[in-house]
Amino acid sequence: MNAWIERQRGLIDFTVANLARRKGRNLGLFLAYALLVFLLASVVLFGDGLRREARLLLADAPELVVQRLTAGRHDLAPEAWLEQLRGLRGVGAVSGRLWGYHFDPTVAANLTVQVPAIDPPPPGRVLLGAALARARGLAAGDVLSLRDHAGKPYAFTVGGMLDARSELVSADLMLVNEADFRAFFGIEPGRYTDLTLAVANPREVRKVAEKVLARLPAARVLTREETRRTYEAVFNWRQGLLLTFLATVLAAFALLAWDKASGLSAEERREIGILKAVGWDTGDVLKMKLWEGALLSITAFLAGYVLAWLHVFYWGAPLFAPVLKGWSVLYPSFALAPRVDLEQLATLAFLTVLPYVAATVVPVWRAATLDPDEVIRE
Amino acid sequence: MIELLAVSKVYNAGQPNEFSAVRAVDLVIEPGRVTALSGPSGSGKTTLLSLIGGLTRPSAGRVRLNGRDISALSERFLTELRRASFGFVFQQFQLIRGLSVLENVMLPALPTGRPHRLTRARALDLLAHLGLAARADTRAQWLSGGEAQRVAIARALINDPGVIIADEPTSHLDSALSRQILAILGELRGQGRTLILSSHDPLVFESGLVERIVEVRDGRVVGAESEKEKMKDGA
Ligand SMILES: Nc1ncnc2c1ncn2[C@@H]1O[C@H](COP(=O)(O)OP(=O)(O)OP(=O)(O)O)[C@@H](O)[C@H]1O
Ligand SMILES: [Mg+2]
Repeated sequence: MNAWIERQRGLIDFTVANLARRKGRNLGLFLAYALLVFLLASVVLFGDGLRREARLLLADAPELVVQRLTAGRHDLAPEAWLEQLRGLRGVGAVSGRLWGYHFDPTVAANLTVQVPAIDPPPPGRVLLGAALARARGLAAGDVLSLRDHAGKPYAFTVGGMLDARSELVSADLMLVNEADFRAFFGIEPGRYTDLTLAVANPREVRKVAEKVLARLPAARVLTREETRRTYEAVFNWRQGLLLTFLATVLAAFALLAWDKASGLSAEERREIGILKAVGWDTGDVLKMKLWEGALLSITAFLAGYVLAWLHVFYWGAPLFAPVLKGWSVLYPSFALAPRVDLEQLATLAFLTVLPYVAATVVPVWRAATLDPDEVIRE
Repeated sequence: MIELLAVSKVYNAGQPNEFSAVRAVDLVIEPGRVTALSGPSGSGKTTLLSLIGGLTRPSAGRVRLNGRDISALSERFLTELRRASFGFVFQQFQLIRGLSVLENVMLPALPTGRPHRLTRARALDLLAHLGLAARADTRAQWLSGGEAQRVAIARALINDPGVIIADEPTSHLDSALSRQILAILGELRGQGRTLILSSHDPLVFESGLVERIVEVRDGRVVGAESEKEKMKDGA
């Protein structure tokens, strides 16, 4: 056992000296490798982060959303619908929501204006998403002046910033009081953007949706499940796009690695011959090369992964944000909850470390099985 | 004792460029003596040394070390045996560029699993003894020919083998350096090691180091008479 440890130690010592010997080449390989892992891990971490975020978001969403359609288009729902829905069996709380979009020329972006169901700000006050506040340079107590539906200036006092728990979606959000909302957009009382229904028993959701449609033929009903699937589809599609691109990069890298690692130079073949001639057997040579490949690829993998992790969770994924989160125009400065998923880590390592090590070892194995005297003579 | 029984080595067997480098050689090498293979370039000296030291396997015939047939051993056992029994000094030094002198010397000991500390101490001892103490951390490619040859000798000695095989140990050196190397080899002989050299350098044969000359020509051992005379002289 001791001898075994000493052997490994000797091999590792030699491997380190060996890696240091070809600094340029190994540094190049290390960088290419780390870059690849960085890109790959960034996409995976980012996509997973977004999906988790969406799940979190939808967790508080109502089971059913009822919209009114007029001529096939979304229209304001009348208050009378609330009463009609309350009478349905299986339906819990029913409430009307007020939300809409306002184009703000100052930041050239569409703001989402919303009346929160709980704790709405007092009249004249607004709560702002952090990205919006940053873009307009606003702090609590400042005045935000926007043009209302009639083109007249409408002044809000900034009451505070929104909690950044899910900044991805709250980035361009403005929370206002109901009276302000109606006055700003010119919406008369008794009308809502849409209605939400709570359904206590998840198995009854479909049944209730059918009953809503039967009672209100002009309604469109969205279930939370459908919304979730839509979100997922969007995320998956975008991630798929990036992964396809990365697969190409990966293939190119594999070729490069194969070429770099497998194309044993005459010098390397000679060295393997020397090692064998001075008493290393094929297994020793292979182990040494295995250590070499493993040291290089594992350190590069870790470097790439850590960078990707920082990139996604601390630097706001500047490389991918524009592609992956298209619906929010003001890019949030991000607050995906940092997390390490061991299974995902293992998968990534498997996909990147293994092919590289294999690519290095196969040709060495071929050279190492030759007679040492032949290799030395070459 | 090393015995070669009807040993042949054919390169590229079955191909148009098939070449018999060693043909049906019978040879016995006594332990504790200095044997030199002499012969013109291409006569098969290096091939014969490779066969003796288990670096390559014979195409026909047997090689025995202390009565044990080493031609039949698996690669692993042959390597282990070679590592323990033979130290090689190759024709072209064959040091690994970019590694330090010390690292080069320690190479043959790495697979033995001997404590690193001990190997290192022994390597430094050997280097000091060969006048290379100051060169331990030098990269191998910066050495002069004489230094490189001494490093190669130190490397051959790191596992303390009983047999040293030196292929043309003076071929790249001037007379003064050649004498220095021969003196070192003489010292190894004094330690009771078996020495097998190849050479066509008169200096080697005039030095009095060589106790027995084996003439090689076209892959065959010739000149049995001179061999016997020499043996009588040495005994
Ligand atoms: N791997 C090989 N394939 C084909 N021919 C070979 C191979 N190795 C050696 N030979 C041939 O075998 C012959 C003997 O070679 P060897 O190196 O043993 O000669 P040598 O006596 O050591 O010569 P020198 O004094 O030049 O070192 C040479 O003609 C050489 O070309
Ligand atoms: Mg030769």
